[in-house]
Amino acid sequence: MVYLGVDIGSTTAKLVIRNDSEILYQKYERHFSQVRHKTLSLIKEAEPFLRDEKIKIAISGSAGMGVAESAGIDFVQEVYSTYALVKDKEPDTDVVIELGGEDAKIIFLQGGIDERMNGTCAGGTGAFIDQMATLLDVTPDELDELSLKCEKVYPIASRCGVFAKTDIQPMINQGVSKSDIAASIYKAVVNQTIAGLAQGRKIKGKVMFLGGPLYYNKGLRKSFTETLKLDEEHAVFPEYALYSVALGATIFASKQEKVYSFGKLVEAIENTISEKSTVASMAPLFADEEEQKEFFDRHAAETIAVKDPASYSGNAYLGIDCGSTTTKLVLINDQKEILWSFYDSNKGNPVDVVRNCLKEVRAIASDRIRICGSAVTGYGEELIKNAFRVDFGIVETMAHFMAAAHFEKDVDFILDIGGQDIKCIRIKNNAVDNIMLNEACSSGCGSFIETFAKSMGYTAPDFAKLGIKGNAPVDLGSRCTVFMNSSIKQAQKDGVSVENISAGISVSVVKNAIYKVIRANSPTELGEHIVVQGGTFLNDAVLRAFEKEIGHNVVRPAIAGIMGAYGAAIYAMKNGSEESGMLSADELDSFTHKSTSMQCKGCTNHCSLTVNTFSGGGKFISGNKCERMKTGGKAADTGMNLYEYKRRKLSELGFVTDEDYINRKRNSSGQEDGSPVSNKTDERKVIGIPLQLGLYDLAPLWHGIFTELGFEVRFSGFSNKNVYLDGQDSIPSDTICYPAKLMHGHIERLIAAGVDMIFAPCLTYNVNEHKGDNHYNCPVVAYYPEVIKDNMECLENVKYVSPFLDLRDEAELARELKKHLPESFTGFTKAQYKRAIAKGFENYRAFRDDIRREAARIIETARKDGRRIMVLAGRPYHVDPEINHGIDLLAESLGFAVITEESVAYLSEKISTAVLNQWTYHSRLYCAANYVTGQSDMELVQLVSFGCGIDAITTDEVRSILERKDEIYTQIRIDDINNLSAVNIRLRSLLGALEMREKTND
Amino acid sequence: MDENSRVEFTKEMKKEYKILIPTMLPRHLKMIASLLNVYGYDAELLENTGKEVIDTGLKYVHNDTCYPATLVVGQFISALNSGKYDVHKTALLFTQTGGGCRASNYISLLRKALKKAGYGYIPVISLNFIGLEKNSGFKLSIPMIRRMLYAVIYGDILMLLTNQVKSREIHQGDAERLADEWTVRLVDRLGNKKSLSYGAIKKTFRAIVRDFDKIPVTREKKVKVGIVGEIYVKFSPMANRFLENYLINEGAEPVMAGLLDFALYYVYGRMVEYDMYRIHKWSRFLFRIAYKVFASKQADIIKIIKEESSFDAPTPFAETVELAKQYINLGVKMGEGWLLVAEMAEHIKRGTNNIICTQPFGCLPNHIVGKGVMKIMKERNPGVNLIAIDYDASASEINQQNRIKLLLANAAQGGNQ
Repeated sequence: MVYLGVDIGSTTAKLVIRNDSEILYQKYERHFSQVRHKTLSLIKEAEPFLRDEKIKIAISGSAGMGVAESAGIDFVQEVYSTYALVKDKEPDTDVVIELGGEDAKIIFLQGGIDERMNGTCAGGTGAFIDQMATLLDVTPDELDELSLKCEKVYPIASRCGVFAKTDIQPMINQGVSKSDIAASIYKAVVNQTIAGLAQGRKIKGKVMFLGGPLYYNKGLRKSFTETLKLDEEHAVFPEYALYSVALGATIFASKQEKVYSFGKLVEAIENTISEKSTVASMAPLFADEEEQKEFFDRHAAETIAVKDPASYSGNAYLGIDCGSTTTKLVLINDQKEILWSFYDSNKGNPVDVVRNCLKEVRAIASDRIRICGSAVTGYGEELIKNAFRVDFGIVETMAHFMAAAHFEKDVDFILDIGGQDIKCIRIKNNAVDNIMLNEACSSGCGSFIETFAKSMGYTAPDFAKLGIKGNAPVDLGSRCTVFMNSSIKQAQKDGVSVENISAGISVSVVKNAIYKVIRANSPTELGEHIVVQGGTFLNDAVLRAFEKEIGHNVVRPAIAGIMGAYGAAIYAMKNGSEESGMLSADELDSFTHKSTSMQCKGCTNHCSLTVNTFSGGGKFISGNKCERMKTGGKAADTGMNLYEYKRRKLSELGFVTDEDYINRKRNSSGQEDGSPVSNKTDERKVIGIPLQLGLYDLAPLWHGIFTELGFEVRFSGFSNKNVYLDGQDSIPSDTICYPAKLMHGHIERLIAAGVDMIFAPCLTYNVNEHKGDNHYNCPVVAYYPEVIKDNMECLENVKYVSPFLDLRDEAELARELKKHLPESFTGFTKAQYKRAIAKGFENYRAFRDDIRREAARIIETARKDGRRIMVLAGRPYHVDPEINHGIDLLAESLGFAVITEESVAYLSEKISTAVLNQWTYHSRLYCAANYVTGQSDMELVQLVSFGCGIDAITTDEVRSILERKDEIYTQIRIDDINNLSAVNIRLRSLLGALEMREKTND
Repeated sequence: MDENSRVEFTKEMKKEYKILIPTMLPRHLKMIASLLNVYGYDAELLENTGKEVIDTGLKYVHNDTCYPATLVVGQFISALNSGKYDVHKTALLFTQTGGGCRASNYISLLRKALKKAGYGYIPVISLNFIGLEKNSGFKLSIPMIRRMLYAVIYGDILMLLTNQVKSREIHQGDAERLADEWTVRLVDRLGNKKSLSYGAIKKTFRAIVRDFDKIPVTREKKVKVGIVGEIYVKFSPMANRFLENYLINEGAEPVMAGLLDFALYYVYGRMVEYDMYRIHKWSRFLFRIAYKVFASKQADIIKIIKEESSFDAPTPFAETVELAKQYINLGVKMGEGWLLVAEMAEHIKRGTNNIICTQPFGCLPNHIVGKGVMKIMKERNPGVNLIAIDYDASASEINQQNRIKLLLANAAQGGNQ
């Protein structure tokens, strides 16, 4: 008798055969989505060990469910399988961490067994690492080796793969070393496991690590052991890590009653292959051959003349598009005909790629062709411009418009799907009217196809060709790529063909663009003359899917992939002079590039900077959120940023100091330390208040009340990444907004600082400002203190008070406060409470009025100086530097005067809205938007925290308030991602659009 | 005229318009639709479902809005598109609860979507009990509310008993068939102008319980799995991918509290608000009466079930409230609020140690009352299996099933201890 365990995961299949005493055979292979065939072939390969045996079998793994079901073989859930194995092999294990292709699991074995799997939003792990390796153009093994040589670890968003990618891309473009990126990727995986899976339960004791990624990647192991502070004894990496699930399955196999002979088993699995798939599918991309021919003929005509550079002499202009994953260059002549072009992946090192290209261009040009101008656009714009002394930089949306207008004079809509981003540009009266960029969460569309093609063993063009042939494209939904991964897994489970998966992905990418980014309801909304471009549209399946979805034909220039570069070249032509200042052939030969990392000391943000120095004397610093460090570390405070002013005013209320906090943390070795917080002025008791969520707005109120009652009040201060990391292990929901997540760190900070009591009230209702139909807080702002109470174990050693209060009635508030404060904090008379509360509200109003006055001053000064004014509209807590990631500073450095939403909302009457206007903060948004529509020099930019359910409602409403009056609406989505490149593009596009509008109005 | 003003459902419309009702709980709503006809309306419960509904929803609702909004809007608009109805003689009915959850905005989102789809002229009737949005052609009277209450209770009983029998029935389909038969009978009764005496209704309760008790079942012990969660996803098979049936097919018995509990939670919440904030000063008397009526009906049902059968009866609401208090402040009232927590505790107390918390992806209140309480729930009740499953248009079924399988595997082992 032998026991056969089969584990079919999302990317690999594993098989183990054992008898009662030993393992006889094991095998590990990628299945490239051919789940059923692979299962069969694995079993056939093992024939020598199975042929003459009686076989008991169990199948496990997420992709194994379907096979098991249709073959009538017993299925065991994989976490359960692992659990059984560990209990059998190492019963004294405390925690098991298992990372698979796309699942991450954690099992706590002692003191109440608890098994957890990653949520649907948390992305893959093994597949994620593979994807990141592809991004860096290395193999997963090389990535591992690189990581071991790292010097510095950068913060990378760990919440989901797409976000991480958004963080990594600019690091690549900015020249951060690959080994540092590699180590940072692993660190992100570790953080994700701790924050996303452990959710409040400490990972300690003997920890066993299982699964492919942890078996193969030394760097990942190192990162885990270091972060969890485990010694060798407590970090177990068994040699069966790869086969743990399959091995666990053999335990279940041994308990089965069904016994197979080899022939019977093969037969059972063979039968599953012929079974018809049941996955939802769609109509094929082409109804018949004729339709296909018409399609290809039509698009073949959209070309541009190409001239042989060898037979040309005269002026030429160079355009460079240094995109997120690819680098494109075009050289054109006076007639805008193409002399030379280039399109390739930037291989994780755009500087090298561009350098080689420029050498080639200089060689081709020789003495005959004079390069009169050069311009660069795209993510790497600044880097390339500085490295090679390129003449101009141009924001990519403008570059694309210039190129598209060359192809289709009447173009009114451009859709560009690149590797990482989707850009939509709406053109009205020959000027950019509106720009939409994809939100961080739906990005990665183009490169997703490529990465996925590779993982299935195809090149992107081949994969696209297969898509054209799909007869029933699989329906994969239209959310972010992480979701698509799961849907694809499901399709694979059901044995859908590669052709139909490829076609299905194309349709999803298209739907994503139309319904998620553009948010169109009907094709007529897009426009009459649509130009599509970007590398992703070179994929014919995507192009066809798009035409089908919108129901009419579009123009795809033959140079769809290099339109940005082409537009940049046209820009260079319009602005060029006699001779480009770009590096000469000689200078290119001796070109060197060095990058070092350092930390900015300009402000408390402490940005991680990367300093690139180039042999030509060029220097480029990246990673900074503002322009400060370029002005010698001193704040380039224009005095025109209300966010800064507000932060200054808040900090005057009294924060726990950094030193306080750090010293305490160091001393907190279990003993209760009775000493008071530092620079404490007297013997008053200290009440600590977390400066987060609703407490941002109400800080002056509580400060006033408690100070008047005779306490000292200390706020937890502004957030930074460390505050987040300190609290991340007790966050119960990984899809909640970042501000809520930060709350945990703020509490840790207050406890470490040794306050006597922490106060965080729950408020169903907010202050009534009479601008809406009601004045609720959102559920998270209202009740998060309850979540803190139930999920943070550290609260055991401190008084934590989170009463349900109501601000609308001062007498009620007094009554409730008295009821809920702990005994040692009460003992005041009714009159004292009343006086304190009155004082609190007085403070609150004074603070509010002060902000309003300052806003008025900023507006007035801006108008005098001719500065544009930006209402950077969000929630009160968006003033936090970690939540807004320095967007206010960026806007300031781009020349805007920046004010907040609530500082102008009061100037508008309550307005009528199509949605229920019932949350105080959101009513402010609507009023601010309404106010902006009457001010020609004001723009509104809305900040939206990822996961904010209410903003799914407010964003559409704010947009419609603005667009009704022909104002541009700009939305910026923020989470824990730290990179401002996308925001930069967006704000610069806004500036560009405003300038073009002005020109046409003149 | 303000472009945001809504289309009213007028008295004239009442005469010739058809009113469409979305599906959430098919049996409950079928009865509610029929009782509306007693009062001169022409109501019809929508039954369209599947991919068409989801795709239409995604097209007209912001994709980050909760899944229930996508489904409801999708169901309405795809019905209007179907050509089955004279769109100029059609109105839509939808519930509105009010409150700080974004769900209170569904009706606005529906109107926005209608406008986008070119149906801006179609009136949407808000079904609520607190005087939000008035329509001259649609007024709730006390007898009407009374009939609705009975429809809810009938629906709850059928659901409760079907779930208990279906997993153990010897002849497959018995429970479902009986429930269908009763639904037809009850639709007929509620849709009939004859007056309803409570005595007769109690008799009907009894008859239903007796009928279900007659269905032959095995003695085999089934693993019980409690379902809690956001109200729409919890109840609607379209939203939760036929979770009840899936569990039954996997050999488990689904257990869930009925819609009456939600109604009780709702009125009780208003009373709590008076205690906490001194609001609803006047309406609280009405809510107190409503609470008493609802609670006494619930007590009757419990009594009848216990007298007539060995089925598990619902938990008295007073007990539900007490259970909630052990875990969460009753001030948490947005969305399902503390009721969701109470239902978890209720399941555990009655020995149902395996619980699935169903929620729309990104549901705000669920961060607090779902995932937010799981830690203490597990700590205070060792051996409890508690999982949260997110539902939305693109959530992969295999991932959901995989997690449910894990729950069932643990359950089969008899908890984790």
